[in-house]
Parts: sequence; structure tokens; C-alpha cells
Amino acid sequence: MKAPLSWIKEYVNLDGLSIEEIARRLTMTGLEVDGILLVGLPKPEGEKHEFKYEGLSWDPQKFVVARVDEVMPHPNADKLVLCRLNDGASEMIILTGAPNLYPYKGIGPLAEPLKVAYAREGAQLYDGHQPGQVLTRLKRAVIRGIESFSMICSEKELGISDEHDGVIILDADAPTGMPLADYMGDAVFDISILPNMVRDASIIGIARELAAVTKRELREPQGLKLGRGTRLGELVSLEVRDPELNPRFMFGMIEDANPKPSPYWVQRRLSLAGMRPIDALVDATNYTMLDTGEPLHAFDYDLLVQRAGGSKPAVITRNAAPGEKLTTLDGNTLTLDESMELVCDSAGPLSLAGVMGGSETGIHAGSSRVLLEAASWNFINIRKTISKVRIASEAGWRFSRGVHPALTEYALSLCLRRMAEWAGGKPVDGVLDAYTRLQVDPLVCLSEGEIVSALGASIPLEEAADILTRLGFGCRVEEGQLLAQTPATRLDIGEGIIGKANLIEEISRVYGYDRLPAARLSSELPAQVGNPRLDMEERMRDILVSVGLQDTVAYRQTSPEREARLRPENTPDPTLEYVRIKNPITPDRTVLRRSSLATMLELLEHNHKFRPGLAMFELGPVFLPVEGQLLPHEALRLTIGMTGAREYPTWQTKKPEQMDFFDLKGAIEALLKGLHVANISFRPAQHPSYHPGKCAEVWAGEQKLGVLGELHPLVREHYEFDAGAVLTAEFDADLLIDLSQTLFDHAPISNYPSMLEDIALIVPEETPAAALEASILRAGGKLLVNARLFDIYRGEKLGEGKKSMAYQLTYQAADRTLTDKDAETIRNRIVRALAREFGAVLRSQ
Amino acid sequence: MPVLEQLEHEKTTALSELESARSEAELEAWRLAHLGKSSPVMLAFSALGSASKEERPLIGKSANAVKLALESAYAAKKEALRQLALTSSLEAERLDVTLPGRALRRGRLHPLNQTLREICRVFGDMGFQVYRSPEVETDDYNFTFLNMPPYHPARDMWDTFYTEKEGVLLRTHTSPGQIHIMRERAPEAIRAILPGTTMRYEQLTARSEIEFVQVELLVVGKGISFADMKGTLNDFAARTFGKDARTRLRPSHFPFTEPSAEMDVECFVCGGKGCGVCKGSGWLEILGCGMVHPTVLEYGGYDPHVFSGFAAGMGIDRSTLMRYRVDDIRHFRNNDVRFLEQF
Repeated sequence: MKAPLSWIKEYVNLDGLSIEEIARRLTMTGLEVDGILLVGLPKPEGEKHEFKYEGLSWDPQKFVVARVDEVMPHPNADKLVLCRLNDGASEMIILTGAPNLYPYKGIGPLAEPLKVAYAREGAQLYDGHQPGQVLTRLKRAVIRGIESFSMICSEKELGISDEHDGVIILDADAPTGMPLADYMGDAVFDISILPNMVRDASIIGIARELAAVTKRELREPQGLKLGRGTRLGELVSLEVRDPELNPRFMFGMIEDANPKPSPYWVQRRLSLAGMRPIDALVDATNYTMLDTGEPLHAFDYDLLVQRAGGSKPAVITRNAAPGEKLTTLDGNTLTLDESMELVCDSAGPLSLAGVMGGSETGIHAGSSRVLLEAASWNFINIRKTISKVRIASEAGWRFSRGVHPALTEYALSLCLRRMAEWAGGKPVDGVLDAYTRLQVDPLVCLSEGEIVSALGASIPLEEAADILTRLGFGCRVEEGQLLAQTPATRLDIGEGIIGKANLIEEISRVYGYDRLPAARLSSELPAQVGNPRLDMEERMRDILVSVGLQDTVAYRQTSPEREARLRPENTPDPTLEYVRIKNPITPDRTVLRRSSLATMLELLEHNHKFRPGLAMFELGPVFLPVEGQLLPHEALRLTIGMTGAREYPTWQTKKPEQMDFFDLKGAIEALLKGLHVANISFRPAQHPSYHPGKCAEVWAGEQKLGVLGELHPLVREHYEFDAGAVLTAEFDADLLIDLSQTLFDHAPISNYPSMLEDIALIVPEETPAAALEASILRAGGKLLVNARLFDIYRGEKLGEGKKSMAYQLTYQAADRTLTDKDAETIRNRIVRALAREFGAVLRSQ
Repeated sequence: MPVLEQLEHEKTTALSELESARSEAELEAWRLAHLGKSSPVMLAFSALGSASKEERPLIGKSANAVKLALESAYAAKKEALRQLALTSSLEAERLDVTLPGRALRRGRLHPLNQTLREICRVFGDMGFQVYRSPEVETDDYNFTFLNMPPYHPARDMWDTFYTEKEGVLLRTHTSPGQIHIMRERAPEAIRAILPGTTMRYEQLTARSEIEFVQVELLVVGKGISFADMKGTLNDFAARTFGKDARTRLRPSHFPFTEPSAEMDVECFVCGGKGCGVCKGSGWLEILGCGMVHPTVLEYGGYDPHVFSGFAAGMGIDRSTLMRYRVDDIRHFRNNDVRFLEQF
């Protein structure tokens, strides 16, 4: 909501408060000021400004109200005129090309001189000839042989609107010579209206809030006293078919009106509030809507009569018939459905109720009898309609948030008065008022004890009553209870306990949150249950970070096509169910991800060119729809990705080695050890995304934890990677957490010396290292504390299909020093066992 | 006595020769020549027997003195040579210490996870326990149970991603967790922190994201007041932004709290003077909060006549952004290593 300061000030005296202070008060009452547009007024002094200022200040020395006494033709140019202008200090001739001065050209001295906004030489203003707002300074120039050094300004040049078709003609009572900023300098507050403060999408509402927080008087404008006569009833009839959708509908009427331009101050305020001035009749409806928050609509009565074939128009509000059509004021033809509410006459729809008027029956240049509608609509129905027809209008914005039915009467009387004043019409005696479903405004009672327990502070009931009274509530304090009658302007106050909470908010925000005390929670501390799963997630992160992996945070939104890159065929698997987004933001984010591997590959792809080597991980959910279940299963995945050089090249290591499968496996082993997951095995496996010979599954006992591998060359082609293996692993992190152990037995440290011995075994090529190691450890018994593979050798001497695996064995006892004899016994046991199990032969020693 | 003169001469000569010894080898040659078996001093000792009875003690004493002098000079020289050798070998091993160190690969926590951990720790110290709930939610949990029935105007405050399944959406805030935990715990008291990823239908720009991490606080119990909320949040601000951090509460509106407020903290970049980060205002908006709405308590299974509570929510992305003056919120989920490596 754009609220001009001059307009607010009409209803509340803000003397002594700077623009900055007013904005602060508004913000601290819940009407957050997003920015302030200066339209003439100076920016408050001082360096620090809490608010963002834009716009133009008019130098009081350079911008003044001036009087044009005569408009004369230019000797050399048809499109230019010369004005004899008096700026209060002197008389001069000013050149201008404003078309709205042409009518006065060459008619001699004006009987009623024109008042204009005059900028002297050196004035800083916006360039009228450039698009947008470009600052310029007035300099002396010769235009078509006439010297020009100053100008009569348009709204665009002064920063009031984009209007540059003519110069501003001020109201006749503007005092010549007065600094323009003093005469009509303004500031416009851009206010965010919260959903529960829609009543303040109105100048009066904003003024009421300011009056309440500054404890000043609110001066609400008064409308015409609405006549109770019957004449209007003779001119038009009214029927509301569904009071649920249309709780109230009122008609008033004015005749002998003349839709001439409004007074300039009205036009200026409308422009500043973001509405285009049209004529005095339409402006009166818009001005009154901005004033009160009640949208109004004006019909040309004679057009209605015409549509009724000369007889008395009968206006009906009703649901649209399916497929019924309406052409709106902005020229669009809508196809309606039966949920939509219409204002109709016997010839068909007149307007889409509460949203936009039709094009056929609006005010036009020849209108003189105006039928004025002030109505109230079911906000939910309006919201539904707006979401279907997708029309943004000031009326729709307000009606879709709820407008109190009582406002119709006030707004109608105010608007009729303005129409009469600005367009010179006469109100017709009487109104039509269909108000069958009366709005009941809650009466809420509140005790001081309730205030104390809600706020932790005591606000005396009298003070609370005073605050509520200033906000328009009808209050009385009786027997320790504050009884507050909700004013007939707002719909946000509930009944009972909700009403109490609503009132406490009203009282506390006006009282000032800053004046309320702060306390430490004194209530009983709930059971401290902790979150072991989260602790374990954090442990995973810590371990992976400690082995050099970068933590990442992934987008959930992706597309099946993006995930299909994982598949050798590069097309989405049609059997996969996704959580599909109904309103995707971009075509590449249409679903929630199923594969964290796809995310990781995208991360590696994005980053590989920035660093010689990458090692990253991500812990986050994938979303797996479950048959017969509303919500998907959110499965936690741990994903690791590595590619490129093992270390960064430096002056010491010029060509670092590339990472391979075993770098990835090393990180995984560190993780699993750190989590104390028992019975881990790595089993050769096949996976469509991985190299068939470089892929393994990780098992804990008989539960599969995840898969790791080197990306399949065919899959790799779908991504842009440099040379070097792309290594990834994906784990079921929920299972990892389940199998992690925080309690485990440590292995005692022996105080006796250990013995080291190397053995090399020749075994068939297909013998898996893990099996060999397991046998060694088993055969070695408890005195063999470690077996470390340190070399693999293949060569002619060993023969075809053979390899030599060399282990360093560590023997140690917990209770004595081992002898060479002990070592020999263990070694022989191992060699025998391996010979038996694998046909292993001890390589010559 | 010529012997005494010879000894005196030997001392002078030997000491002067020792002066010129420059290496271990030269020193050893000197030792053999002057302290060895056939050195003049040792010969003087062996010749003692043939000296006269009167001369013997004199020669013996003199020879002993010379021997001691030579031995001590030798020891001193040996130590000096050792020092010299050490000094020169140390000198030879001198490094250019300004050369870069080895580039170790270091893992780091993502900045969002760093902030999240810190916040969970701060609230954890105050007795708040972490509770999590799903990212895909029903319309009821995301809106209706939070006092926003269908078509409620406040729903406009959240631009929502809907799924193709009727009534299922991507949660727009962590607040549905309030209902989950209340229904799980009622009528027990609650002091919880609810972190998680949330999603909103926004244009992806430097200032707005479609996915971001939020943290929600929830306290429910008997006698919980606005003052408790203010105090708790002030303590959080003091822990996070320094003990002198000034805060203010501004009235605001959330359908699930009443009264509602936004909390600003004095800009920690400029100290409230006004800067680019706080856009000149001196204040940074850090969280929204309020007393839990009676309707929400009721949906959660608590009698609003007996129980009260407060809730607060903050954006982790936004606070991390402000903290490190990150100019583009998309950096967090683009995971560019050049960005992540800085944290």
C-alpha cells in the first residue's frame, strides 16, 4: 500500500514528527515501511536513516508556484508556446511545448490565470524526454531562437508520475511564489500490509494506527447523510440471490454530474498512491476506496436503462451460468463458471463481483447519472475466482482478504459527497441496501490476570482499554474485566480464547513490545531425550571431514532426465515413480530426487575443472513414493564422490597421482570403522552405472549398506569429465545409523614386545585378497594381531595365473614375550591353512 | 734446567699448533704428537727415573702442569671444533621457510551445516532438543493445522510447490513439525528445536532461493509468556552475536502465532550505524516469533486454556549469508568448491 504523507495528515495531526519517525512508528505498530518515496520534501537530516529513501526533493529556492498570465504563440514553432509567467519575484517569458496550454494560446491575458509548478535555472529534476527517471539540471539554452533557462514542470519532471503529456495545472488557490515543496511536497510510504491488517490497506486505517500509537486524535472524514427516501427505489431494483456469497449490497446515486478532471490535489494523491486519475467520478470511487478500504464501482445509470430497454433496471447478484461471458474494463473477455459471483441486470453480467467491472456500463465522458455500488463479498469465493481468472485488481486484492460489510455504508456516503463536490452532481434521495446476513462483531472480555499470564507483565485494564478505544473498540471495564466490542471495520478479531489472544496482540503492539519485560524460561525443563540419530549423522560428517572430504548441501528438486544420465541408455526409467511437482519452477526441476548419486555426479561435473582433485560427500534425503501412501518415504542417503588427483600439485609433488577405486574404499573403511559397524564385507557387484570390474557392494553381515564403484565408461560419456576415474559411493544412511555402535569393546594394548615377520604366498590369480586375509587371521589365532598386505607380485617365474601376496605379520601376546619358536608355530599354521584352502605355496625365503 | 725449559717450550709450541687445528683429523694428529706416548710431555714423564732426586719433583710437577694445560686446551678445542662443525652443517641445512607448505586435502563442513550446528548447540544448552519431520507434507500440516484453512489469505505469505498428489506439497516452512511434535508429546511440556529444509516457489535469484534451511523453536507448557519468549530470544542473540547485541521486536503477523513479532538484531557488521548489509537501517531481521495460537495448540492436542507456548523461526541460509556477507544465496546449493573451501 502506497500512502502519501499529506493524505494521512489530513486525518491525524503529525506535527513534530519527522518522516523518519513516522515511518518508525508505522513499522513498530506492524505496518512495515519498505521504503519512502520523496516527492518534493527534503530527506530527513542526519547520516543514519533506518529506511530506504528514493525520489526527488524540490529545492525551495528553485521550485515555486507560479502564475501564467498569458499564453502566446512562438514566432518560429507551432508546437511551442511562450508564457508570460510571474513567479512571485518577477515576471518573465517562459518557453514550453505543453499541449495542455495550446487552448490558451493567443487569447490574450487570461481572466483566470493558470497556476503552475515552476522550476528556476539550476533546478535539479527528472528529464521529461528520457525514459525512466534520469536526473538533470536546468541550464540556459536557446531553443528556436528564444532563450530558455527555466521551465513549467510536468508530473514526470517532478517525480509525481510518468505523465509528461502536459504540464501540471495547479488548483486556482495555489499561492504564487510559495516554494512548491511547501505547497505540495510529499512523501509516500510503501507499506507491507500483513494479512490480519487488511483494514489498514486504507489511509484512514493507517491514520488510526498512528493516532493510537501517538495518542493523537483521529479525524475521520464525514460522508453525506444518506437520505432515507424512496426515489432510488423507483429508479432501480436490487436482488441478492445468495447472501452467503454477497453479505451486503448497497446502491446510491448521483445525478447531473459532470465527469470533468478532479481537482489537482486529488489527481496528485491518486498518482502517488499508484492509481491513474481518470475523471472526477471514477477518481471519487478510487479515492474513497484508498481512504476506507472499501472498493466501489460506478455504473452509468443511463446505459443500464438502455440495456433494460428503457424500463427500470433490475440489478441481481448471482452465480454465473457455466460458460457465461463478460468483457471486463481492461478489455479481456472472460469465460465464467458457476462458482463465480456476478452483478447482473436483465441483459446479462455487469461485472465480476468484487474483482472487476464490465466494459459496457462504466463511466464515460458523457455520463451524468451515476449508480454507485458499495458491496461486500465472501472473501473465500473471491479468492477462488481470482485464482481462476487471474486478474489482479485493487478491488480483488481487498475483497479477497475480507472487507467488513459495515464499511459499505460509510464508503458510499463518503464517495457520494466527493462525487458531488468534484463532479458537481446532486445525490438522489435514498439508498438501496440488501443486508440480510448481519456481521456479528465479537465482544471479548479480558482480565488483568489473563494479560499478565500472556505477556509476563501487567498492563492496567484502564490503559488496555484506552489503547483499544483508540483502535476503535468500544470498551468498558467492569468488575475486573475489560469488555471490548470489536469495531465494525475489522474481521480479524475472534471469539472466546482466540479473541483474547487477538486483543492481547492489539494491546501489546500499541503498548510497545520494547516496553514488555524479558524473562528466562522458568517452566519445568522437559525430559532431555536428545536426538541420537542426528548425533550419528553429525558423527558421519565429522569422520568424512576428518579424512579430507568436503561436506555439501544438495537441491531436492531435479528432473527424471537429469537422473537418467546415470543410466547407460540415458533415458528415464519409465517404471520409476517420482514425487512430481505440479508447478515446477523450471523444466529441469520437475520432481524430487530419487538418486543422490545423480546429484553427486552433477556436483563433481560442475567442480572438476576448478580443482585438480575433488573429494566430496552429501548427507540428505531422497524421495521414494510408496504405493498406497500419501507421503513418500524420505530415505537418508550418504553419497561420496571423488575424482582427479589425490593431492594438489606443489613445488614438491609436481604430478600427483590420480585417485582410484581404493581411495574411495579407504574413505569408506575409515567411515565404517569410525561408526563401529560390525561384520563389514565388500563384495564384487554389478551396477548399471559402474564399471563391471570396479564395483562393490558393502555389507554388514547380511544387510547391504551401499554400493561403490568407478563410473561406467558409457555413463561417463553423459557427463563432462577430464581424464581420471570418477569414483562414487551411495549408502543407505538410515541403515548405517541403525548399525552404528556408540558402545563397543576396545582392544587392550600389550606391554610385551611384538615380533614382525614377512611372508609371501603364491596363490591362484582369482584368489580374493579379503578371503586370504581372513584365513591368515583365522589360522594365526589370537597371537597374530595384524596382517598387512604390502606387496603383490606377478611374474613369469611364478607361472601363468599366479600371484604372490606378501604380508607383514605382527605377533604379540598380552602376557609374555614371544619367542622365535612361537613365531614359527604360528607361521607354519598359517602356511598349512593357506595351502589347504587356496593351494598357496610359500615363496622362497 | 733444560728439561724444564723444554717442557715450557713444548707447551708454547703445542698450544700454538693447537690454535691452527681446523678439523677433527688435524686435532687427532695434534693429540698424538703432543699427548701421545712419544710426545715430549709423556717422554718427560718416562725420563723422570733418570732425573736427579732434586730435579724429579720439579720436573714431575712441571710435566704434569703442561700435560693438564694441553689436555684442557685439547678438550676446549675439540668442543669448539664440534660447535663449528654443527654450526656449519646447520647452516647448510637452512630452508627457505617462506616456501609454501604441503597442500593437505582438508575436509570442511558446509557453511549451512556449520551455522545449523552452532544454533542447535546454543539452544541445546538451554534445554531445547532437536526434532525433525518430513520435507514433503500434507496441506493440513503445512497450513490448516497452523490456523490457515483452505483459501485463508495468509496462505499467500508462502509461495508453495504442490505435488501432483492432491493435498500433498513441499513444506514451505518447518512449522508443520510443531504439530507433529505436539501430537507426539501432548500433554508433556515441549522445548524443541526443529531444523530442516523447506521449499518455496520463488524465482531463483541472488536474493531468493527455492530451497533453504530453516530452524524453528517451540516451547509449550503451563505459564509460558511473551516475556519468556523475549528473554529466550535475547539470550540466543547474546550467545550468537555477542553479549551486548541489541535486539528489538517488531509487531508482525503469522497465522500460527498471536501476538506475533519479528526480531531484529543491531547490525553486527556496522554496529548499528548503517551499512550495505543492513541497507542503512542499522538493524538485521533475524527471526519471526510469537505466542502459539490457541487454534494451533488445540490442533496439537493441548488445551489452550491450560497451556501456552511460543514459537520462533529463522532462516539458516539468510543468517549465514549476512554473517559472511555472501552476495548470492545460490552459492550455498551450487556447492562450488571455490566457495565451500573458504569456510
